[in-house]
Amino acid sequence: MKMKKIHFSKIYSFKFGKKTKFRREHSQIGRQGYSRVVLCNELQDSFESDLIRNYADNSVRSTKYTVASFFPKSLFEQFRRIANFYFLVVGILAFTKLAPYTAVSAILPLCIIVGATMVKEGIEDLRRKKQDIEVNNRKVIFHKGDGNFEYTEWKNLKVGNIVKIKKDEFFPADLLLLSSSYEDAVCYVETMNLDGETNLKLKQGLEVTSSLNEEVKLHDFKATVKCEDPNANLYSFVGSMEFEGQKYPLSPQQLLLRDSKLRNTDYVFGAVIFTGHDTKVIQNSTDPPSKRSKIEKKMDKIIYFLFGVLFLIAFVGSIIFGIVTKRDLHNGFMKRWYLRPDDSTIFFDPKRVVAASVYHFLTALMLYNFFIPISLYFSIELVKILQSIFINQDINMYYEELDKPALARTSNLNEELGQIDTILSDKTGTLTCNSMEFIKCSVAGVAYGRVVTEVEQAIGSISNSSPMIHEHVNRLERTVDSSESHDRKEPIKGFNFIDERIMNGNWVNEPRADVIQKFFRLLAVCHTAIPEVDDDTGRVTYEAESPDEAAFVIAAREVGFTFYKRSQNSLSMRELDPVSGNEVERTYKILHVLEFNSSRKRMSVIVKDEEGRILLLCKGADSVMFERLALNGREFQEKTMEHVGEYADAGLRTLILAYRELDEEEYNEFDNKFMEVKNSVTVDRESLIEELSDKIERNLVLLGATAVEDKLQDGVPECIEKLAQARIKIWVLTGDKMETAINIGFSCRLLRQGMKQIIIHLEIPEIQALEKHEDKMAIIKVSRESVYQQISEGSKLLSASKGTSQQAFALIIDGKSLVYALEDDIKNKFLELATRCASVICCRSSPKQKALVTRLVKEGTGKTTLAIGDGANDVGMIQEADVGVGISGVEGMQAVMSSDIAIAQFRYLERLLLVHGHWCYRRMSSMICFFFYKNITFGFTIFLYEVYASFSGQPAYNDWFLSFYSVMFSSLPVIALGVFDQDVSARYCQKFPILYQEGVQNVLFSWRRILSWMLNGFISAITIFFFCTKAIGLKAFDENGKTAGKDMLGATMYTCVVWVVNLQMALAVQYFTLIQHIAIWGSIALWHFFMFVYGSLPSSFSTNAYKVFVETLAPSPSFWIVTLFVAVSSLIPYFSCSTIKMWLFPMHHERIQWMRYESKKKTNEPE
Amino acid sequence: MATNSAGSNDPTVNRRQTKRPKYSKFTQQELPACKPILTPQAVISAFLIVTAIFIPIGVASLIASRDVVEIVDRYEAACVPSNWTDKIAYIQSGADKTCKRELHVEKRMKSPIYVYYQLDNFYQNHRRYVKSRNDEQLRDAGKGNSTSGCDPESNVDGVPIVPCGLIAWSMFNDTYSFSRNNNNVTVNKKGISWKSDRDHKFGSDVFPKNFQNGTIKGGASLNETIPLSQQEDLIVWMRTAALPTFRKLYGKIEVDLEKGDVINVVLQNNYNTYSFSGKKKLVLSTTSWLGGKNDFLGIAYLSVGGLSFFLAMAFAIVYFVKPRQLGDPSYLSWNRNAAGQ
Repeated sequence: MKMKKIHFSKIYSFKFGKKTKFRREHSQIGRQGYSRVVLCNELQDSFESDLIRNYADNSVRSTKYTVASFFPKSLFEQFRRIANFYFLVVGILAFTKLAPYTAVSAILPLCIIVGATMVKEGIEDLRRKKQDIEVNNRKVIFHKGDGNFEYTEWKNLKVGNIVKIKKDEFFPADLLLLSSSYEDAVCYVETMNLDGETNLKLKQGLEVTSSLNEEVKLHDFKATVKCEDPNANLYSFVGSMEFEGQKYPLSPQQLLLRDSKLRNTDYVFGAVIFTGHDTKVIQNSTDPPSKRSKIEKKMDKIIYFLFGVLFLIAFVGSIIFGIVTKRDLHNGFMKRWYLRPDDSTIFFDPKRVVAASVYHFLTALMLYNFFIPISLYFSIELVKILQSIFINQDINMYYEELDKPALARTSNLNEELGQIDTILSDKTGTLTCNSMEFIKCSVAGVAYGRVVTEVEQAIGSISNSSPMIHEHVNRLERTVDSSESHDRKEPIKGFNFIDERIMNGNWVNEPRADVIQKFFRLLAVCHTAIPEVDDDTGRVTYEAESPDEAAFVIAAREVGFTFYKRSQNSLSMRELDPVSGNEVERTYKILHVLEFNSSRKRMSVIVKDEEGRILLLCKGADSVMFERLALNGREFQEKTMEHVGEYADAGLRTLILAYRELDEEEYNEFDNKFMEVKNSVTVDRESLIEELSDKIERNLVLLGATAVEDKLQDGVPECIEKLAQARIKIWVLTGDKMETAINIGFSCRLLRQGMKQIIIHLEIPEIQALEKHEDKMAIIKVSRESVYQQISEGSKLLSASKGTSQQAFALIIDGKSLVYALEDDIKNKFLELATRCASVICCRSSPKQKALVTRLVKEGTGKTTLAIGDGANDVGMIQEADVGVGISGVEGMQAVMSSDIAIAQFRYLERLLLVHGHWCYRRMSSMICFFFYKNITFGFTIFLYEVYASFSGQPAYNDWFLSFYSVMFSSLPVIALGVFDQDVSARYCQKFPILYQEGVQNVLFSWRRILSWMLNGFISAITIFFFCTKAIGLKAFDENGKTAGKDMLGATMYTCVVWVVNLQMALAVQYFTLIQHIAIWGSIALWHFFMFVYGSLPSSFSTNAYKVFVETLAPSPSFWIVTLFVAVSSLIPYFSCSTIKMWLFPMHHERIQWMRYESKKKTNEPE
Repeated sequence: MATNSAGSNDPTVNRRQTKRPKYSKFTQQELPACKPILTPQAVISAFLIVTAIFIPIGVASLIASRDVVEIVDRYEAACVPSNWTDKIAYIQSGADKTCKRELHVEKRMKSPIYVYYQLDNFYQNHRRYVKSRNDEQLRDAGKGNSTSGCDPESNVDGVPIVPCGLIAWSMFNDTYSFSRNNNNVTVNKKGISWKSDRDHKFGSDVFPKNFQNGTIKGGASLNETIPLSQQEDLIVWMRTAALPTFRKLYGKIEVDLEKGDVINVVLQNNYNTYSFSGKKKLVLSTTSWLGGKNDFLGIAYLSVGGLSFFLAMAFAIVYFVKPRQLGDPSYLSWNRNAAGQ
């Protein structure tokens, strides 16, 4: 590679004016974000080492807390929740005289809950800490000075240090590649930890430093690197190096990123540029946006509602308390003399009744805190973690081929999975495998390749209206029946091309063999793949950046143009010489690679062949390529376009191949300009490069077109059909051409024959005419109008067909139209149209548009959205959606890293949503309802007792009974319900997808249901209180004539509460495993056991619960008879209501339970 | 290939490194489970079972309750001499509080017959009242000075009161003596409190001290020579009642009372319930296995038993008159727009 040597000072002076002093210049540059100065190999006593000290050291910390900040920070996090804060206030107040119970009993449950959460946080953080320590203490060889290289820990590395990395070691920081064991300073890097891509990337150091490839040579090495400030962009690096008085530009090509691995190279030397938290990979690791499920948001509302109830009853109680207290003392006459109202404390003083009432209000707030379930948040977190474990453990979502189980990366959103209304899906890699197969090509206007694609089969089978066949026809089958004449042993990955005119060297006999030769040469040369030759078999395999690219190189190899060696600036291949029939080797000198990106939609290489000709080889999308053809290069244009259209119809991805010969002069001019731009350190460098590339990639000569098939993943059509049956709307957002998208839509059953398609596009003559005039404003205006009109027409069409038939509609819109459809004034109309269509396909959409569409759906409909994708281009939409699902497939890890849940295959979505989503939704909503139920039941008995204790704030129960209610005697069954309950089995969930609508319509967590449960709680409380007090009443409690005091009534009522809520649980549970039995009956038993143990403690501790069970309650038949009566009769209202509901107004899951029951009865087989 | 293509050909390596979840019924959520649903049979039989259990218990309870003979005599109004219009002034005066009552035994009462006093509108469960005691002091002779929580009845002129607090201070002090045909009927006051209270909560070496010496006299006084553990009236009183209307055991009559007997009661109407308009009642009652007389439980059992039977019938009728094909899959067809709306 040639280097244009420019003085950096010139660039700076051009940009910022002349600066005399370095420091001032430095500060000026700082504002521009290019301020970093690295003195390579400077040791610490160097004169400008203060600059070095400003940079972070190389130790990293990924923990949330430090030892010092753990307590304050985690406590703060917890008490930010309103309920926890309330409990904290209550806990503090409990230490005052206001408290109706002892402080310890009040604060202990809070401590347990807070402590448990903190332990959980602590363990998670400790795990991260361990990882940090391990990473920080890894060893690396660095230059200590005077040519001595020594091992040191990663954390000790400083900016400017020279390090030596050996094969298969990770880079400890972002390094500037100086030299490697190869002469030309190249090295191979695996960036799996960064982006998940498994292919090797080629990095290359500057020529000037490539000779520094031995330790001794680095002794005196000195260089100053000026570069951009730390940032998160993995694929850019702007900087320059001053070495021996010269300035050299630096590019990402020289930057070795932390956490990537050195491969295939014995060692490299590098200078540390970014350390620790400045490294690109750590700059990149932002926390994903935190998402909360709708249920949790609603739960907050319920808690506020309960706070309202709590305040209200506390207020009412305080007023009545005030009135009653006031009456106690009237003109010095004591009414309730036994309370000594004449000599009272502030809390009960009739003379200061207002103050007493205010204090009483606080007491009441403390007393009624049982309305708010203290353990709710903790239980929910626990339950969600356990639910996620079940998701992760599901063997039906494990993908054998890649060894990937499902992974719930956050457990926050489990129940959200049960409420998805719209799925927004990527196509490539999500619906399809993203394993490309070269399947057809069109060379010199002749179409080659005879394999029938899946889409063609699907369309064929649909139009024949034959029953849907399983569309994933095995590739083997297909090749066998069409390749009798060939002697292929095994299918080749990425290649499914059959045509005897081309194969086995037969192409030389074709009429346009010269074009065919050029065509395959182009495929073998124009790419960035790296060959790997197996020493034993001599077989060549390739590491390519994308599966498409691999497919091309493989195709070229199979046809006989074997690319086998790539060096820094040359590329070698073997090919058949059509004249002699022998295999000959050809080497191309690579002059430039004009890389692919999504806006260019093409890539080119400029090479010099052995004959000295300079060729520009270009491949790209049809939309950009045809316009770049030279007038004399359009020989096959018509035919090729026709073929490309056919390929697109068949669901194939097409690329156009073209080339041009450059003359020396033109090339040199380009080369000069290009190098100049490349070496500049400006922000618009990219666009300048693009502009230059654009200029040279013109006047091309068309060779032909390729078609690769992106196969549908297994089970995608079936999965989509199930999801459609669950009435989940599916939107496909793809970058593909409209034709391809529609055809894929058919093959994955998103579109059905007989569906009316509403297509919105801008390929209308009016606009095309305008485009020729390049009047941009006019185009925009006409386009907007056209889109608006098309949307209106679509709406009309929909309205017209409404009610008349069951016709389903599909909306297909292309990216250009989408730009206008997403504008503020049209987007609601567009959304309205789209939501009324059964399927929506957005083609040619950019990543940003994907995210915008997601936001539109999410905010416009207010429904829950799920985005699923596999690539970096889906990250926006995954983060935007309520639930983001990443496909942990081939295309890297970026989508997975930003997702909430990762699965390996699209088809697992069915199980994830219909089974786990439904279950989790159901469990969570039932669990929360039940939490409120049980706490209202308990809290309201306390309130009712207050009514009979003149609202003095005396709880009916012993202090410890109070405090352990939530934590010990009622939570376990609810948690068990939250983790294990199933209304119907997984099989039935999938058999009847309509069940999923329960979640979408949110019937299980509607206000009606929540309030019914609360009402049920109030009813239970009233029944328990009145039945207990009436049944025990005044009379002797047992045969020995003793009557029941407060302690006994309290314990009996408490026993009834424990029985009732647990039995209620038993009625509500639909899936009774051993665990439920243990939790429910265990809770009841635990209460009795607790009463026994606590009562056996010395009376100084157990106070009025001393021996209350053993001595007074247990021996008395009254106790048991009352408990039985109250427990059963409190459940009758619920039982009757649910029976009536089940019989007369069954919900989906109840119908399915019936069916299961009846079919079981019929077949009499155990399920 | 330099990448980590998951150990393709070597199954043993593969098995060791695999992330494949382990199969177990637990992790796959396929545990054997009972999945009860509300079938007609289940619902109707559940109600019938409730009926079958509740009716007998109800009958037994009702019989037990009916077997109990109870004589209740409200006396707080009648025991104020008619010349006293201001009842409160009367009760606070030093006048003679003796009052004579006659109780007629309507039905034979087998011993033991329990004597109760019943107070009404008396908030023994008031928080100020409930807390106004010191358990340490009651239990431990050495802790005589600990009177925390007892204010304003903690000490008189700096000398601590034992037992301190409002509860002890306001102890009930009406007394009853019974005679039949001019023969004294003795009331046994032993064993009217819970054993655990006597043994563990009230010390046998703790004696009342400085009790009822304050400016305002509350209720009963205590004999300072008898340890608290034997002051059973106090112990009973100190076990506070749950509700504002309550009975407390006064003593036991250990002879049978025959039908037609007239019991003459001489009572000292000392206790002031007039200030808070509370009633006072004297109750004589026998007990059954279920305790005292209370028809509520029996009636409640019978009613709920009856209700269950009624519901069982109602559901049976609903089921037979309007049987529904609940298991009809057509309700679940996703083509039906109406379903589930």
